[in-house]
Amino acid sequence: MFSYCADPDSIEGLTWLSCYLTTGKHFAFYRSILVVLALLAMAAPLAMAFGFLGAMARRAAFAPLRWFGAIYTNMVRGVPDIIFFLFVPIALDQALEWIRHQVKCPDWTEPVRQGNDFVVCAAAKLPLGSSPQWVHETYGFFTALVAFAIVFGAFAANTLYGAMNAVPRAQLETAEAFGMTERKVFWRILVPQMWIYALPGLSNLWMILIKATPLLFLLGVEDIVYWARELGGSKTSQFDYPHPDWRIYYFLALLVFYLLMTWGSEKVLGRITRRLSHGQATAGGERLRKAAA
Amino acid sequence: MNKLILAATIAALTAGAASAQTVRMGTEGAYPPYNFINDDGEVDGFERELGDLLCEMAELDCEWVTNDWDSIIPNLVSGNYDTIIAGMSITDERDEVIDFTQNYIPPAASAYVALADDVDLMGGVIAAQTATIQAGYVAESGATLVEYATPDETIAAVRNGEADAVLADKDFLVPIVAESGGELMFVGDDVPLGGGVGMGLRESDAELKAKFDAAIGELKANGTLNEMITRWFGEEAATY
Repeated sequence: MFSYCADPDSIEGLTWLSCYLTTGKHFAFYRSILVVLALLAMAAPLAMAFGFLGAMARRAAFAPLRWFGAIYTNMVRGVPDIIFFLFVPIALDQALEWIRHQVKCPDWTEPVRQGNDFVVCAAAKLPLGSSPQWVHETYGFFTALVAFAIVFGAFAANTLYGAMNAVPRAQLETAEAFGMTERKVFWRILVPQMWIYALPGLSNLWMILIKATPLLFLLGVEDIVYWARELGGSKTSQFDYPHPDWRIYYFLALLVFYLLMTWGSEKVLGRITRRLSHGQATAGGERLRKAAA
Repeated sequence: MNKLILAATIAALTAGAASAQTVRMGTEGAYPPYNFINDDGEVDGFERELGDLLCEMAELDCEWVTNDWDSIIPNLVSGNYDTIIAGMSITDERDEVIDFTQNYIPPAASAYVALADDVDLMGGVIAAQTATIQAGYVAESGATLVEYATPDETIAAVRNGEADAVLADKDFLVPIVAESGGELMFVGDDVPLGGGVGMGLRESDAELKAKFDAAIGELKANGTLNEMITRWFGEEAATY
């Protein structure tokens, strides 16, 4: 990066450190922070959408839909996360490749499963074997995103389902008395009021999601914990910047990162709670009303 | 004569492919000097140099990918990459699941490294990387095996006293012992393990395997491989 970094053996002290912290490998580490933040920014709304649909399914009048909602939330919540993170991306990837294989190579005669091997024709590979590495990485990121959304969506569905049931029945009855249709009652009365009941559960989920991001490496996405371990490990003189085991410093940096994330989240969630408490028949809402009066 | 036949084989095998085929090379990137990620964030090491050379000879377009050691075989068979070139010893158990090319590093010794020379290698606590031949050997030797996900962690375990000694490929341990300033030392006798290091491929990929086999054979015959082994692993390393 800097011109004086050309010969790392001849420099020391802060100069050495400035070179060390700007190696290509460290930039990969800094980039992985963005990857984690991007995953959080996309996984949270997607999981919320899955959760909302799951909760709606569980309340549906149509019985099979209700069963589907119940199976989704109970099954996903019951299976260890790690199994789901290994299963969903691989199953998703193979399912997509199998479909592409059927479409693109109809005259392929060999079986797709040969012993342990999963073999599809080259044109059906996803991404194509000839695609550059960043395409593979992006694809891996999105399969990971889907896995996170499915798993966290199930927990969110249960939280939202509980919250929907917690809205006082009197509120809904009043709406019905005004002649609102069931759909209107749901969207205008139930949904706006349920968030305050869902918030504690959802904030828990958000915190767990932040801490679950290192599972990314299971899926081949190089996240901050992977890079911290890789960079911190002791380096012999084979490397330009040899050093002993420095993992503790890298993990301390991670600790600060995660604490900052939690601290920031707490602040934001606190404000949201205040907002949503306005006019609610909860202790928080009551306090706000008294403070205003 | 041999060289001629091999060259002819390569020519015959590659003649069909008009454009270069892309082969994704899977490695661990945490096992210097076999393979590691250098300070530029690129895969580097003996296997990087060898792999690039083999790809050039077989006229393949190679792309390097890193993967966790634990899941390196499952990801090969499910098609995330096409080869494993990660210091993987050829063993019967692995051969049942995947195929190996001929070895490109001769059967080399594994060795124990400890902080002191009086440790009990047969009854003490020995560190090894998960799912390696060394881990299998320790489990059968009567010692208590503690497994770690990466090679680096096995060394750290000995340094901080979690384990009495570590068993790993000697070629990996030599630079670490040399640079520890006398803190670490080899103890006991070397242990010959495995059938050498080879490249792993899917069992259904016979054609690709033949290409790499032929290229490795040629490097063995013309002495290039020996020169590379000596350069990366030192004078004492076993050659062909």
